[in-house]
Amino acid sequence: MSFFVDSVIMFTSQVFFFGFGWLFFMRQLFKDYEIRQYVVQVVFSITFAFSCTMFELIIFEILGALSSTSRYFHWKLNLYVILLVLIFVVPFYIGYFVVSNIRLLQRQKLLFACMVWFTFMYFFWKLGDPFPILSPKHGILSIEQLISRVGVIGVTLMALLSGFGAVNCPYTYMSYFLRNVTESDILALERRLLQTMDMIVSKKKRIAMTRRQIFQRGEDQNKQTGFWGMIKSVTSSPSGSENLSQIQQEVDALEELSRQLFLETVDLQATKERIEYSTTFQGKYFNFLGYFFSIYCVWKIFMATINIVFDRVGKTDPVTRGIEITVNYLGIQFDVKFWSQHISFILVGIIIVTSIRGLLITLTKFFYAISSSKSSNVIVLVLAQIMGMYFVSSVLLMRMSMPLEYRTIVTEVLGELQFNFYHRWFDVIFLVSALSSILFLYLAHKQAPEKHMGL
Amino acid sequence: MEICVASIVNFRDVVVKKMASLDRVKVLVLGDSGVGKSSLVHLLCQNQVLGNPSWTVGCSVDVRIHDYREGTPEEKTYYIELWDVGGSVGSASSVKSTRAVFYSSVNGIILVHDLTNKKSSQNLYRWSLEALNKDSSPTGVIVSNGDYDREQFADNPVPLLLIGTKFDQIPENKRNEVLTRTAFLSEDFNAEEINLDCTNPRYLAAGSSNAVKLSRFFDKVIEKRYFTKDPSQLTGFTDRKRFNFKSLHYD
Repeated sequence: MSFFVDSVIMFTSQVFFFGFGWLFFMRQLFKDYEIRQYVVQVVFSITFAFSCTMFELIIFEILGALSSTSRYFHWKLNLYVILLVLIFVVPFYIGYFVVSNIRLLQRQKLLFACMVWFTFMYFFWKLGDPFPILSPKHGILSIEQLISRVGVIGVTLMALLSGFGAVNCPYTYMSYFLRNVTESDILALERRLLQTMDMIVSKKKRIAMTRRQIFQRGEDQNKQTGFWGMIKSVTSSPSGSENLSQIQQEVDALEELSRQLFLETVDLQATKERIEYSTTFQGKYFNFLGYFFSIYCVWKIFMATINIVFDRVGKTDPVTRGIEITVNYLGIQFDVKFWSQHISFILVGIIIVTSIRGLLITLTKFFYAISSSKSSNVIVLVLAQIMGMYFVSSVLLMRMSMPLEYRTIVTEVLGELQFNFYHRWFDVIFLVSALSSILFLYLAHKQAPEKHMGL
Repeated sequence: MEICVASIVNFRDVVVKKMASLDRVKVLVLGDSGVGKSSLVHLLCQNQVLGNPSWTVGCSVDVRIHDYREGTPEEKTYYIELWDVGGSVGSASSVKSTRAVFYSSVNGIILVHDLTNKKSSQNLYRWSLEALNKDSSPTGVIVSNGDYDREQFADNPVPLLLIGTKFDQIPENKRNEVLTRTAFLSEDFNAEEINLDCTNPRYLAAGSSNAVKLSRFFDKVIEKRYFTKDPSQLTGFTDRKRFNFKSLHYD
C-alpha cells in the first residue's frame, strides 16, 4: 500500500518537473524560434524531469521520507531510464537531426542516423579504457559500465564549468576590474564607425557606377561594326575591371574594419553600462559578494592543489566536520543526529538548486550565442545531453558532501564505482580549468586597454 | 572638431547630419537573424545570388542604382544605400545602443521576415519600433511603452516595404494560409509586400509585379526625401548630377 502511495507521489513530482522543463524550453530557449519538431521538446523535458527526480530522491533519502524499499526501487528505475535516454535516445536524435540538415543524405535519413549512433557508441565505450574506474569483476552490459563512462564525461564538464565560473564570477562582480570608459570614448568610436561606413558606401557607389558603365559600353560595343568599331574595341582597355578589383579589395578591408569597430563599440557600451550598474545599490552588493567569492575561489584552488599533491581524498564530509569542530573545539553541545540531518538537507538542497539554476542559465546563454534557425534542434539536444550527464555526475560527486548514513543508497545503487577516482579527476580538471581561465582573462584584460589607446 | 557641450545626443546628431548633407537615400533592411537579409541585399544590388551567406556582424552596406521615374521625361538616376543591420531583437542593450548609430536619418525601411518562421514575422513589430524610435525625423510621435500602435504606422513619414523570404520552402497546401497571414501584416504596417526566394532571381525579373512594387517603393522613398514640401527637408530641392560619380568621392 505504501509502495503505491510512494509511487504516486514520485509520479506526480515527475510530471511537475516535466511541465517545468517544457515551459522553460518554450519560454526561454526557443522564444525566438518556431517549434516545429515536438520530439525535441519532449526529449528535453524528459531528460530534465528524470534528472530532477534523482535529486529529489537524494533529498528524500536525507529526510527519510517514503519507505526505503520504494526509494531503492525508484532509484534503480530512474537510473535505468536516464541511462536509456542519455545513451540511446538523445544521441540517436542528434544524429538524425544533423543528418536531416545535410541535403545530400536526405534519402536514407534513418540509416545514416543509425550509423552516427554506432560511431558514438564506439567512442563512448573506448572512453572507459584509460580510466581506472571499475573493478574488473563486472560484465559488459552492466549498469556500472554505463554509469562510469557517463560519470567521467559529466565530471569533466562540471569541473570545467566550476573552474571557469569560480574565476569569472569575481572578475565580473568586482568593479575593481572595470576599465574606465567615458562617453566621449564611445562617441569617438561611433564617429569612426560611421566614417568607415561612409567610405564603404562611396567606394561601392563607384563600383556600381563603373559596372553600369561597362555594361552599357558593352551593349554599345555590340552595336558597333566596321573598321572603327574594331579599333575602338581593341583600345578600350580593361582598366575598368582592374580598377574594380582594386576598389573591391579596399572595400573588403574597410568592411573588416567596420566589423571590428562595431564589436569594440558594443564592448565599450557594455562596460559603460556595467559601470553605471555598479553605482547602484545592487551593484555595490554584488561587488562585495565578488570580494567574498574571490577569497572562496582562491581557497578552492589551494585545496585542489593540496589534494592532488598530497594524494588525499577527504574522508569526512563538511557537515560532519563542521559539527565535530563546533562540538569538540567550541564546546557547544547539541543534538548531533537531528542537526546533521537538517544541515545536510539544507546544504545539499542549496547545492542542487544553485547547480540546476546555474546550469540552465549557462545553457541559455550558450544557446542564444550559437544557435541559428537551422541548427537550433541539434543544439538543444546537445544541451539536453550535457545537462543529463552533468546531473548524473553531480549525484556522484554529491556523495562526498553527505554524512555516511546517507551515502549508502548512492553507493548501493550505483554499484562499486571507484568514487575516489572521480574526486581526484574533478580536482585535476578544476585546477587546470581555473588556471587557464585566469590566464585567459588576464590576457584579455591586458589587451583591451591598449586597443583603445590607439584612438 | 568642436564638441557641443549642450548634450551628448545633439553632438551625435550634428556629426551625422554633417555627413548626411552629401546627398544619400538610405534604406534600412531589418529583420531577425537568418531570414535572408544579406542574400536579399546582394540580389537587389548585384543581381546575383549570394553564394556563401554568413552571419552579418554589425552592418553591411550595399548600393543599388535606381532610375527614378523610369521611362518618363523626369528620369533621374539615384544611388540607394541598403543598410543591412545584423542581429536579433533580443540582443543585449549594449548591442542595441550601438545599432542605434545606424538608424539615424533613414529614408525608408525594408522589413524582412522568413515565411517559414512565424516568430520572425512577429518580431518585425519590435524591429520597426526600434528603428523608428531612434529616427530623428520630426513626426512628434513618442511611443511611451514598447507596444505596437497602428496609428503610428498610418501617417509614418518613412515608407516601409515588407519582404517575405524562403517562399519556395512552403509546401503548396500551406501557401494560402501563409499569404493571408502576410496580407494582415502588410495591412498593419501600411506597406506593400513582396514574397520571394532569395536564391532565385526570377522573382525580381524586370517587368514582374514584384519588380514593379520594388521600383514603386524606391520611387516613394526618393520622393519623400527630395520632393516633399517639408520645411525640414529643404536640402532636397537643389539639382544634383547624381549619375556623375566623380563628384562623390571624398576619401
